[in-house]
Amino acid sequence: MSPRLTLLTAGRVLRQVRHDPRTLALLVVVPCVLMGLLAWIYADTPVFDTIGAPLLGLFPFLVMFLVTSITTLRERQSGTLERLLSLPLGKSDLVAGYAVAFGALAAVQALLAGAFALYVVDLNVAGPAWLLLVVAVVDAVLGTALGLFLSAFAATEFQAVQFLPAFVLPQFLLCGLLVPRDRLPRALELASDVMPLSYAVDAMRTITTDAGATADVLRDMGVVLLFAVALIAAGSATLRRRTA
Amino acid sequence: MDAIVVDRLRVVRGGREVLPGLSLRVPRRAVVGLLGPSGCGKSTLMRSIVGVQRTHGGTVDVLGLPAGTRALRDRVGYVTQSPSVYVDLTVAENLAYFAAVTGVPRGRVHEEVDRVLELVDLTGHRSARVSRLSGGQFSRVSLGAALVGTPELLVLDEPTVGLDPVLRRDLWNLFHRLAEGGATLLVSSHVMDEAVRCDRLLLMHEGRLVADDPLPALLERTGATDAEGAFLRLVEPAGTGVAP
Repeated sequence: MSPRLTLLTAGRVLRQVRHDPRTLALLVVVPCVLMGLLAWIYADTPVFDTIGAPLLGLFPFLVMFLVTSITTLRERQSGTLERLLSLPLGKSDLVAGYAVAFGALAAVQALLAGAFALYVVDLNVAGPAWLLLVVAVVDAVLGTALGLFLSAFAATEFQAVQFLPAFVLPQFLLCGLLVPRDRLPRALELASDVMPLSYAVDAMRTITTDAGATADVLRDMGVVLLFAVALIAAGSATLRRRTA
Repeated sequence: MDAIVVDRLRVVRGGREVLPGLSLRVPRRAVVGLLGPSGCGKSTLMRSIVGVQRTHGGTVDVLGLPAGTRALRDRVGYVTQSPSVYVDLTVAENLAYFAAVTGVPRGRVHEEVDRVLELVDLTGHRSARVSRLSGGQFSRVSLGAALVGTPELLVLDEPTVGLDPVLRRDLWNLFHRLAEGGATLLVSSHVMDEAVRCDRLLLMHEGRLVADDPLPALLERTGATDAEGAFLRLVEPAGTGVAP
């Protein structure tokens, strides 16, 4: 892996996004709007403070998952992937380049959405604000990593879009937002233990209720980051220079 | 030493034997035409030469090394059949990215982009987004992306098909200038008229080589008046073709 080629590729991906101002606007605005909507729905009740943080972890995760998987699929379909694989670019340089570019976008998006939730619509959590922002960023990066990995298995945009209900919604159902994970049927609880989104949401729920559990939250973040790195490594390992 | 030596290459795609055991040689510093009808295996052969095709037997040596070797990746330029550059970047941004990936040192990327823009006659369009270009300009950007870094071997998959006559002539002139500069070009086409532009012809039919001659020798051997006639005489044994 070459840092030079990785950064070159990340720069190229970001340049592509920069030429598409509508996508940039959507990336920045949509999670903020959703947080605002959520606060408004639950105005004058304590519900927003309860589920606001977990959903702040979820929205950028979803958006980054979709954006990343579609963009990498386009690389495959446009023939540029085939050209790149005939050039002195390592597979890991390509995947890491995408991870760096979209990781940066994910960070900006999650920071803005988090700041909006905290300071515009007054989300109250027990834990520190900086930790909430860190978790939001890590969750968004997880979305990018999952998108990078799964896009390798999609042959068309139709398939890539359906990976959202297929691979993300089950994680949402089991992540503890609908039913706390320890009250799920045993088999489902075990399944939720190996799903990265469970740890992302666990961290947010801890921040919501517990002011002194920074260590727990950081441990969950460690797990999420491990998942992200493993997904990115798997994404680069499943890329084949020679194809049928 | 020949630029390309293919020995008993066998490739199976989707259960079909596309190349049943193809052997051929491409001499250096020449414009070699790879001609044959659509589906005869030209693209599969080219993919094998640049090292992105999974093969099932035989060998492909390029510039004295096994095809797809890391050391070859900055010495071989490849243009896929449909243009493969980033449509959401400008012409210059595309060329700069591919130049840097190919290994052009950072300080020289700018002049390399200028040089290639000149070669493919797109200097006036350097800041244009590729998505806004005409079809002919689009395919010239794709060609330009393979010319950065002055590769020793250019593998061009139908670079002139569908272009207007003036542009086709200009491109063939460019190919000969590149060959005079020391490059080897393997150019595929399913339009037999392009034979007159090539120093040497490789005629393919159903995954097999049916001729390997300069055009005059081919015409003399088959008694035909043009490449199309020669091809038909070679693939249709006497008596089976429709009478003239």
